[in-house]
Formats: sequence, structure tokens, C-alpha cells
Amino acid sequence: MREINIRQAIGEALDEEMARDPAVFIIGEDVGPMGGLMGEIGGLYLKYGIDRVRDTPLSEAAILGASIGAAITGMRPIARMRFADFLGVAWDEIMNQMTKMKYMFGGKIKMPLTMDALSGAGRRTAAQHSQSIEGMMMSIPGLKIVLPSNAYDAKGLLKTAIRDDNPVMFFEHKFLMWTGPKSEVPEEEYLIPLGQADIKREGNDVTVVATAAMVTRALNAAEQLQKEKGISLEIIDPRTIVPFDKETVLKSVEKTGRLVVFTEECETGSFAGHVAAIVADEGFDYLDAPIKRVNAPDTPVPYGVVLEDYWIPNEEKLIKAINQIL
Amino acid sequence: MAIEKEKLLWMFRTMVRIRRFEERVVREFADGNIPGSVHSYIGEEAVATGAIAHLKKEDYIMSTHRGHGHLIAKGGETEKMMAELFAKKTGYCLGKGGSMHIADLDIGMLGAAGIVGSGIPIATGAGLSAVLRGTDQVTICFFGDGASNIGRFHEGINLASVWCLPVVFICENNLWAVSVPTSTSLNVPNVADRAVGYGIPGVVVDGMDVTAVYETVGEAVARARNGKGPTLIEAKTYRFRGHFEGDSGTYRPQEEIDEWMKRDPINSYQKKLLEMKLLTEKQVEAIDKEALAEMDEAVKFALESPFPELEETLDNVFT
Repeated sequence: MREINIRQAIGEALDEEMARDPAVFIIGEDVGPMGGLMGEIGGLYLKYGIDRVRDTPLSEAAILGASIGAAITGMRPIARMRFADFLGVAWDEIMNQMTKMKYMFGGKIKMPLTMDALSGAGRRTAAQHSQSIEGMMMSIPGLKIVLPSNAYDAKGLLKTAIRDDNPVMFFEHKFLMWTGPKSEVPEEEYLIPLGQADIKREGNDVTVVATAAMVTRALNAAEQLQKEKGISLEIIDPRTIVPFDKETVLKSVEKTGRLVVFTEECETGSFAGHVAAIVADEGFDYLDAPIKRVNAPDTPVPYGVVLEDYWIPNEEKLIKAINQIL
Repeated sequence: MAIEKEKLLWMFRTMVRIRRFEERVVREFADGNIPGSVHSYIGEEAVATGAIAHLKKEDYIMSTHRGHGHLIAKGGETEKMMAELFAKKTGYCLGKGGSMHIADLDIGMLGAAGIVGSGIPIATGAGLSAVLRGTDQVTICFFGDGASNIGRFHEGINLASVWCLPVVFICENNLWAVSVPTSTSLNVPNVADRAVGYGIPGVVVDGMDVTAVYETVGEAVARARNGKGPTLIEAKTYRFRGHFEGDSGTYRPQEEIDEWMKRDPINSYQKKLLEMKLLTEKQVEAIDKEALAEMDEAVKFALESPFPELEETLDNVFT
């Protein structure tokens, strides 16, 4: 099978959905001739024209506000927000508008709105271009959140997100986007449902729940532990954190008796904490050891080589946590 | 501009209905039947009425926290409105939204907005949607003088302007953002003066004169429908009551309140219609009686309706 990277996967997903449904359009900064910050949607501007691939002024609140207005009147916008950090500029649209209108209005509207943005550290972009804010966003009822870890998942999940009648936040981890590891992606169409975790590696000794760029690191650690110590990790990638496939995680913990949640987020208020709480609550009897979280410290993301690399959770920190509970 | 008799009478009836609805809301709030916050539109009826008189059912309006008048003018049902205010299951939002969050997409009402200014870019999006779908729908976006100082006023109007979208932005300037006057929050005489920064027409109109509003908005709606882009209209008006029910509004000088109340938009319009012999005293009475009876019915409906079931708390988060 052919192999493509996550940038190509995203470009293909957007292209296919725009071809399929005339209600789909792209709105955001640098989506036109530039083709996205990493060229991932290059060509769509020429193929679909300026009506459906709309470069905007630098107005995040207007991008999301206009997307909301278009979504409730029959369109299916994809709002490209560039960096996750910039979502703060349009927080009201996220926290008070797109996620609440359906509920406030007694269910009488649809909000088919997909936002995508680069998140995560590892590109030396410092505190205002490197955050992972999924934990913060997860606490807003009414928002689905997707965190793909490879090209195959990214394509299938993005296509599903665009067809969903609810607001969906689709995070592209910038380290994956930049380094562009390839995975096998079929030519023919496929969709991946939101809310279905994927077991990236089966194992028996410890369950590791990992998201986005941490999935690759977890797989590296699993390889190393298997080789060096004969320890077998089961790596679960939830792929979407809202909705969250807790059954797959609980089932795995029932088998392994141990859980480490490995995500690139500040620890406080994180998705990792949420997973730990669910397993403590609903899977306590399965556990043979305390649940561990391996996350980033509660600091802004530092600039540079030394400090940023120290800040990002890595294989070494994961292995250390695993050794503590074995 | 000659306005058809039918339209003139519709505007009178609509203003009276809004006034009677709001008066009844004030009473029901005081009686404890409305649990949440309500913002009275009394005094501003001419703006919603004169503006929405130009819209077709499929056109859109974006409303505000002070939104009852907009919804009534757009064809909202007072029974469902009252039931919503009473937090009843039969309300517009199944009792989940309350006064500040009523929407009815079937009549083009995109929603009231509890966060001041949030509706401005949403209205721009409705305008964009009409263009992308190739319809001639126009969106009227209402907001207050307070919202004109929020960043989204700039972002939303600028985007509508650069994309030449069919949106009419109407600032209902009632001179007070809760307790802060426009005199200390605006350094130009008019909100409409800001239109020059977006390269669109900016027009000031007397918001206490429904025919003046009708004429001004008429030009803007025609402009929007003909693909000529947005207009910023500022209607100078006044809220006769506090910011919300329970706010005494004593931060406003009494002379100012008295001065504006002398210009009650319904009284002056009624006088005009009587002078024009388009209405008789008897007809005025009949219209008023009808409006009062409608509000009695609305309250009866709301009182007799059930509250939502507790399990409904969990519904409608996602589609």
C-alpha cells in the first residue's frame, strides 16, 4: 500500500469532502495561495476557488463567529485556526457560542463546524505557539475533540469530523506535521468513527494510554522494554478524547492491572487526569498498582533546545513511571 | 417614501404587541413567575419594528439579550416566548434557554445573545452563507452601544465589508451600557461614524420614530439584497426601564429619563396615524385590547404548561 504523511492526509481529507459536499468550505488565515502553514492544503484554492477556500483578515473571532453563522444556516465550514494557542483570541465563540447554542436553543439547530489547529511542542516555538489545550477544551460540554497520531487516523477522522453535525476540534500535532512520518493509507475512501480507540500495540503487563505525538514515543518505549526486560506494554490511542472510548481502556486495564497515561499536557486539568479518575472510579478492582500520569510540568512551554526537550514527556520518563509500578 | 397603509398598521400593531408583552413580563417577573433575568425592550419598539418590517420570512435576524421585541416583530409566538421565560417545557427552547437565548430558525431568528457583541460575527456568517448558497436572503444584526466597543464589532463588520455581504448592522444606541454612558465610552459623536473605517455607509436615525427607521433600514436592506454590501445604522433610542428587571436605573439623570419618555415611540406614532386618519380611536382601542388578550393567553399557556422532566437536562448537548 502507498504511504503518505499526515500533511498529505489532511489535504486529501479536505479535498475529498469538498468534492463530495458543496456545503463544505474552508475559512481561515493563510488558506489561500499559501495553502496552509505547512502547505498541507496547497492546490485547494485553485481547485475550488476563492468562494470556498476563503482567506480571511487576521480576525479569529470573526472566523469562528462567521463559521457559526454559516453552520446554523446550512453550510459546513472548516475553520482553520493555525495555532491552538490562537483559539484564545476567539474563546467566546468556542466556550459560549458554538458549543452552547444547540443546548440553549432546545436542540433546534445543527452546528456542523470543524476547527483545526496545530498544537503541541517540539518545534522551538515557545510559550505562545506550542500549547496542548485539549484538557481545557474538554471541559466545555458540546465539543468533540480529535487528536490523531498518524496519517491514516488523521484522514479517516477528519472526514468523519467534517460530516459530524456538532462542533469538532481537530488538533494536528505540529511535531508530527513537521517531521511527517508516513503511514499506509489506502487510495479508496474510508472513515473512522469518533469515539473509537485504537490499540496500537497489544501487550499484557502495563496499559499505556497515549495521545498524538506521545503515541510514537510510547511505541518506542514498548519496543525497548520488550527487548531489554521482556516487559510487554499495551498501547492505546483514544484518537478522540471527546467522545472517549473508556470501555477499551477499562478492558485493557482489566487484563494488565496497571495503567500509565502518557500525554503532552500540563498535568493539572489534563485529559490524563480525567482518564485516571475514570479508571480509579470504574476499574479500581482491576488495578494492582497506582495509576501513573506522565505529562508535562505545570509551566508554560519553554523556548530553546535544552528546556523544551526537558519539558516534553519522553520515553525515558515513561519507562521510569512503568518501573515504579512493576 | 410612501409607506403602504397595511405596513403602517402592521407596524403599529407590532409595537403595541411588543409593549404589552414587555409590560406583562415585568409584572410576571415581579410576581415571581419568571425565575431568570429579563431585559425590557420598552421604549425601543420602533427600532425592531421599523427594521424587521422589510424582511421576508426567510431573511435572518440576529438578536441581543434585549431581544423580545426583535422576535415578536419577526413573527415569534408569544405563547412559546412566555413559556420559555417561565422555564416551561413548551417554551421555544424547551425551557433550557430562557429570555437571553431564544432562537427560531424556522422564521430566521438566529438567536438572542447573552454575551454582548457575540452576534455580530455570527450575523456576518449568516450573510456569507446566503452568498455561498446563492440566495437573496438579508441578515439584520441588532446590537447595542455597549457592543460597539467590543472587538467583535470591528472584526465582524470589517469581514462583512471586505466580503461585501448582505448584512445590515443596527446599533440600538440607548445611551447606556448598563450603568456606563456612551459619553464616557465613545470618543466620536455617533457609533455610525465608525462606518468610515470599514468603507461602508454609516447612518444615524431617530430610533423613536418608526417611519424614520423604516425608511433608513429600507435603503440598507435594498443595498444588501442587491449585492452592494453592508450598512451600519445607529438608531438613537432609550430604554425606559433599568438594564434588567430589578435594576432601578438610578444612575441615569431623572431629567434625561423624563425627556426621552416624552418621546414614547408608540404615543407619537399613534398620534400620527390618527392625524393621517389611518386609524380611529376605536380601532386603536381594539388593537390594544387584542394585544392584552394575546398576552393573557400567553401567560395562561405558560402557567398551565409543565416544567421539563429532570432527565431532559442531559439532552441536546450533541446532535
